Amino acid sequence: MTRPGWRAIAASLVLAMLLIVGPQGAAPAFAVTPDEVLSDPALEARARQLSTGLRCLVCQNQSIDDSNADLAKDLRLLVRERLVAGDTDDEVIDYLVSRYGEFVLLKPRFDWATLALWGTPVAVLLAGIGFAIITMRGRRQATAPTALSPEEEAAIAEVTRSRG
Amino acid sequence: MIVEIGHYALILALSLSLVQSVLPAIGARSGDARLMETGTITATGAFVLLMLSFSALTAAYVTSDFSVLNVFQNSHSLKPMLYKVTGVWGNHEGSMLLWVLILSLFGALVALFGRDLPASLKANVLAVQAWITACFLLFILTTSNPFTRVFPAPMEGQDLNPILQDIGLAIHPPLLYLGYVGFSIAFSFAVAALIDGRIDAAWARWVRPWTLTAWVFLTAGIAMGSYWAYYELGWGGWWFWDPVENASFMPWLSGTALLHSALVMEKRSALKIWTILLAILTFSLSLLGTFLVRSGVLTSVHAFATDPTRGVFILAILCLFIGGSLALFALRASTLEAGGLFAPISREGALVVNNLFLTTATATVLVGTLYPLVLEVLGGAKISVGEPFFNLTFGPLMVPLLFAVPFGPLLAWKRGDLLAAAQRLYFAIGAAMLTILIAVALTSGTRILAALGFGLAVWLMAGALTDLFVRANFAKVGWRTGLARMRGLPRSAFGTVLAHFGLGVTVLGVITASAFQTETVTAMRAGQTVNAGGYEVRYEGAQQRQGPNYEEQVGTFTLRRDGLDAGTIESAKRFYPARQMPTTEAGIHTRWFSQLYISLGDPSPDGASIVVRVWWKPLITLIWIGAIFMAVGGTVSLFDRRLRVGAPARSRKRQLAAGAEA
Repeated sequence: MTRPGWRAIAASLVLAMLLIVGPQGAAPAFAVTPDEVLSDPALEARARQLSTGLRCLVCQNQSIDDSNADLAKDLRLLVRERLVAGDTDDEVIDYLVSRYGEFVLLKPRFDWATLALWGTPVAVLLAGIGFAIITMRGRRQATAPTALSPEEEAAIAEVTRSRG
Repeated sequence: MIVEIGHYALILALSLSLVQSVLPAIGARSGDARLMETGTITATGAFVLLMLSFSALTAAYVTSDFSVLNVFQNSHSLKPMLYKVTGVWGNHEGSMLLWVLILSLFGALVALFGRDLPASLKANVLAVQAWITACFLLFILTTSNPFTRVFPAPMEGQDLNPILQDIGLAIHPPLLYLGYVGFSIAFSFAVAALIDGRIDAAWARWVRPWTLTAWVFLTAGIAMGSYWAYYELGWGGWWFWDPVENASFMPWLSGTALLHSALVMEKRSALKIWTILLAILTFSLSLLGTFLVRSGVLTSVHAFATDPTRGVFILAILCLFIGGSLALFALRASTLEAGGLFAPISREGALVVNNLFLTTATATVLVGTLYPLVLEVLGGAKISVGEPFFNLTFGPLMVPLLFAVPFGPLLAWKRGDLLAAAQRLYFAIGAAMLTILIAVALTSGTRILAALGFGLAVWLMAGALTDLFVRANFAKVGWRTGLARMRGLPRSAFGTVLAHFGLGVTVLGVITASAFQTETVTAMRAGQTVNAGGYEVRYEGAQQRQGPNYEEQVGTFTLRRDGLDAGTIESAKRFYPARQMPTTEAGIHTRWFSQLYISLGDPSPDGASIVVRVWWKPLITLIWIGAIFMAVGGTVSLFDRRLRVGAPARSRKRQLAAGAEA
């Protein structure tokens, strides 16, 4: 492989790493009503951030930030209550999980039960790369020109002698 | 009477499909031309019968015949005519009938346009297609019959789910079905090739137009569905990673991979086995999608059908076809000859990279969608897998793929030169760098990620254009000759450029709309104003209105921009008494590619003020415009000369005729 190829791969990897922390930060919130908003903008921003990752338990695949359901509102208020009480983000999440179970998290935690879930992208990608490399190597070796057999050498010698 | 004719036609179609499942296949095996030819008639016949059946159901809806259970449950005499017609497929039974109708449509098209296919291949393809049709017809007749009567006939229907009473229902499901049912043809071709044990570059050329057609419809269908969800669900999101969305997205991802690998197979006769496998997997994912949506195993915003017996039936069909075809693949794949060799850095290599990332992305979406379900069945914890998971896994997989896209078309087949390709891309590299620098400067370094995203989008768009300029060789031959040469380029070259350009457009829309959107949530009284996206939005008040089958509360907003009148927005909350369901009708004002989006919340107890959500969504329409570019690119490519399978055959006939005359 030529050099720019590696540079390209390195650059794309860096970009990929950056994106890992990317998309969540910008995610907006929708269903918050004015009476829920905290007066401290920093706390409110944290509340919104947390809300996007928490499931509205009675809804179909909506975060409590997106949902208009009453339960979602209760959960939003609960998150804000905990934050005002001085909890860290992790403590708020732990509290909600202890109350509602892992089901409340839209991004499941990494543990034994979710190993296959989080491992899939990496495993499939690596398996694919490995398979491609092995196949290509095998194919090239299989079709690489091999030395002539003694019979073939003899036949060529025969032909050249008769021509000469 | 009409309803009974429709029911009877459905049963006849099943019988014809059963005949088609057997006779052509026997013919292909024994080399009997007459038996093989029966496939053409039965496939056409089954389509005509299903069309009749579908028309009969439509007639029952149009005339509001509530003696038909399906019409009673999903229609209402006051419903506008458009929704009476679209209501035919706005429910489980009707949408399955549409599914099979489209399946048989594709079968009939192969029967009619496949005249130049080898007789045995065509016969096998039609037989496989009939297996699928027969299974699903059996499913409809035994578990989901849309023609069941109810006695005594009710006076009034229960109306259609209000969320579905929208022009979107007229377009979205038919497009989506044309897409993912269309992949059945690629599947039938793959299975037929495995039965035949013979496969070559010509096979890829025959399959390509069908795959491309399905892909174009699926692209358009998904984009349409996304826009529909965006304006109808009223919270302004355009993609939710909802299981039902994923169900259509997975065949799209693997179908995109299939399009690219079939290209390698056609041009270089390589990746044959892989292409066959992808064709099988793509349609398997379509079947899986049908199962997920139709069985109701998932809870999601699209949930409209729940009945376990149906689920088990579709699951059986699913296992039969996926298991059967994969078993056949395992048995026969080794007999297929491997094709041409290529270096890692080559057009083929680039297409392998494409396949690698698209397949991994498909697997990620698949596992993410099914994991909570499987874990629960296995007795594990109840977990949720939602948007944050997919953003975290799918996003990083797409970045290297998107980065590699402009290189692909510039690399030569067999052995490419990455450095030379990079040199040709100097304009795209420069444009992307400049974009990043300007974006960083304008946001004073606070939005580095968004700036990189802009760079990626510009890189994709400029890269696509570079491909066009390099092919026409503008640099060497000058503008005049270059333009002439550009006209002479094959349509498929334009197709690639348009589709890859569209990808960049979509990325630009996604990045801008998610990074620079503004949101205001506030309680407003009549006369108050808020500012969003350079507009001054003034709330004028709300009034009550009566629609044909709903009541609505409409809020009116006037817009001013730079002190000038800039139009009005109406945003409403509707209530459908028949179903006792509310819906939100977002008010949207479009300026160039950006939109101002207003949705109404609840009024205050005293009724003096109302909660209003105002979003400014910059460049958001580019998300869908990019998808339109992709679909148009696919269509342009479809009209490439080399894909018109009939063209060479016809000209040969003409030559023969000319020869005979002389």
